[in-house]
Amino acid sequence: MKSRVIAVPYVIWSGIFIIVPTLFVGYFAFTDSNGTFTFENISKIGKYANVFGRSIVYAAVATVLCLIFGYLLAYFMAHLKEHQKSLCLVLLMLPMWINLVLRTQALQNILMDNGVINRLLGLLNIPSLKLLDTSFSVVLGLIYNYLPFMVLPIFTSLEKLDNKVIEAAQDLGANSVNVFTKITLPLSMPGVYSGIIMVFIPCLSTFVISEKLGGGKVYLIGNVINDMFNQNYNFNVGAAISLVMMLIMIITLVVFGFLDDETKEGIL
Amino acid sequence: MDKVIIRLQNIHIEFDDETIIENLNLDIKDKEFVTLLGPSGCGKTTTLRTIAGFVTPDRGDIIFDGVRINDLPPHKRQVNTIFQKYALFPHLNVYDNIAFGLRINKTPKEEINKKIHEILDIVNLKGYHKRSVDSLSGGQQQRVAIARALVNNPRVLLLDEPLGALDLKLRKDMQIELKRIQKQMGITFVYVTHDQEEALTMSDTVVVMKNGLIQQIGKPKDIYDEPANAFVADFIGESNILSGTMIRDFLVNFDDAEFVCVDKGFGENTPVDVVVRPEDIAICDPDKGAIKAVVKIVTFKGVHYEMIAQSKNYSWKIHSTQYQPEGSQIGMNIIPEYIHIMKKEAGTAN
Repeated sequence: MKSRVIAVPYVIWSGIFIIVPTLFVGYFAFTDSNGTFTFENISKIGKYANVFGRSIVYAAVATVLCLIFGYLLAYFMAHLKEHQKSLCLVLLMLPMWINLVLRTQALQNILMDNGVINRLLGLLNIPSLKLLDTSFSVVLGLIYNYLPFMVLPIFTSLEKLDNKVIEAAQDLGANSVNVFTKITLPLSMPGVYSGIIMVFIPCLSTFVISEKLGGGKVYLIGNVINDMFNQNYNFNVGAAISLVMMLIMIITLVVFGFLDDETKEGIL
Repeated sequence: MDKVIIRLQNIHIEFDDETIIENLNLDIKDKEFVTLLGPSGCGKTTTLRTIAGFVTPDRGDIIFDGVRINDLPPHKRQVNTIFQKYALFPHLNVYDNIAFGLRINKTPKEEINKKIHEILDIVNLKGYHKRSVDSLSGGQQQRVAIARALVNNPRVLLLDEPLGALDLKLRKDMQIELKRIQKQMGITFVYVTHDQEEALTMSDTVVVMKNGLIQQIGKPKDIYDEPANAFVADFIGESNILSGTMIRDFLVNFDDAEFVCVDKGFGENTPVDVVVRPEDIAICDPDKGAIKAVVKIVTFKGVHYEMIAQSKNYSWKIHSTQYQPEGSQIGMNIIPEYIHIMKKEAGTAN
């Protein structure tokens, strides 16, 4: 009884800020500008199939790279002494307290044609590089912004790993490679799965990073939605794309949730 | 049986400038059941981890079957460990847990299968191979841990308080079972425990440790009957330990009474520690006893009564099947063989 009372503010909150907006998205997606019911918006999405594809590729590349760097970093951090661990965690989270737009703007200034990197290259008499407005800069921006979301869950699952289990494996003849492939990696998979989900989904829907670092050359689905609402004022198509995006994300979640269970079952 | 399989020579270990093991020398014979016994912090687990290879001694040598193995990493040593809380692999089922060591050694599949079913039979877990380890009880997890270690046919099995997490009944059963497995497979067991009863029940040899120093090495009966010092006497079983004076050979004075004893060579009028087991005290009429006392507390312990009796100078603990009501006057006699005389140790109470 008491727990229900505690839940009331949350129910009101999610009603106002989650359910109602989602219903609005649904309403706009299936109506035209006069408010009459139509499937036209949904059928127009086909035009953006290549943008969807591009977004998925960018998000996937960024997620894989985040996973590689993130796992290495998390593994390194998990083996530090306690006070070094907390220092690393602070260093990792500190940038997250700065607004994403601001961070991305800073990265833009670093990568610009006359930005920090190219000016340094100029001092060394090296011809300047085209860094900004490339696939490279967008992927770099995605990794830079979302790496902590990969590191933290993996770090947590590595932290939870009982050292006695590793000793048991060594005791049974496992060298360091065996210990990693047979014990550490399988036991840190829950962290890997949450990391993948927490990086892939925001990467898929980003528009700030592709806009600031892609300079219109890397046009992602987030940008399409943003333009529909802020430039074309075509709420209906924008809402329809958003709805499909949501579906893709839900499918991703389900697939990964499913994979997770299946691997668990396969192992057991 | 008499061949030495592990020899620890002048082992010295320090952590953060604190001495954990001080100049330890120990020979463990092949197929022997050796127990390292002592209170927590006495260095028994560190000694075990030194043999397993998880701790490298600062000084001294670990000799395994005549070869110095100080620098051999754990995964190359011919010993297997059963850890305190089993440390089973949570992501693997019973079968895969037990197969772990065999698969690392690239044992053929059929052989693995055969060995696992044999070992499951030995540890009484037939039919459990597909179960997840989380679904097992403490006792069953314990058996999996034993099977996982034994299936590799180690020369030596190291056991770090393996029964600590089990309830009393299960612990007793597992003690018998471990002893049976040890005999059946003919493997050297090095067993660590703080439970003196467990040590006495299972071991061929008991090593009593305190503060990183070996206090006594011996057969369980010898350690119980002839403790080397007051610490061993106090730690192994229950004891009355009191100060006395050796008047001359074969005569000792304690608690204001003179007793004939079997010890000699302490000199004349030398202060000594006297140890008397509670069950070695004979109760008689007050005027027939060498010591008179008043019963203060009586507790029923099942087989016997435990009584605390206050004499003039000392509060005696007595185990007897003879009930004496609280407040009654009793006399106490002790025959010479039951009086254990020890050199006075610094800091002994009373």
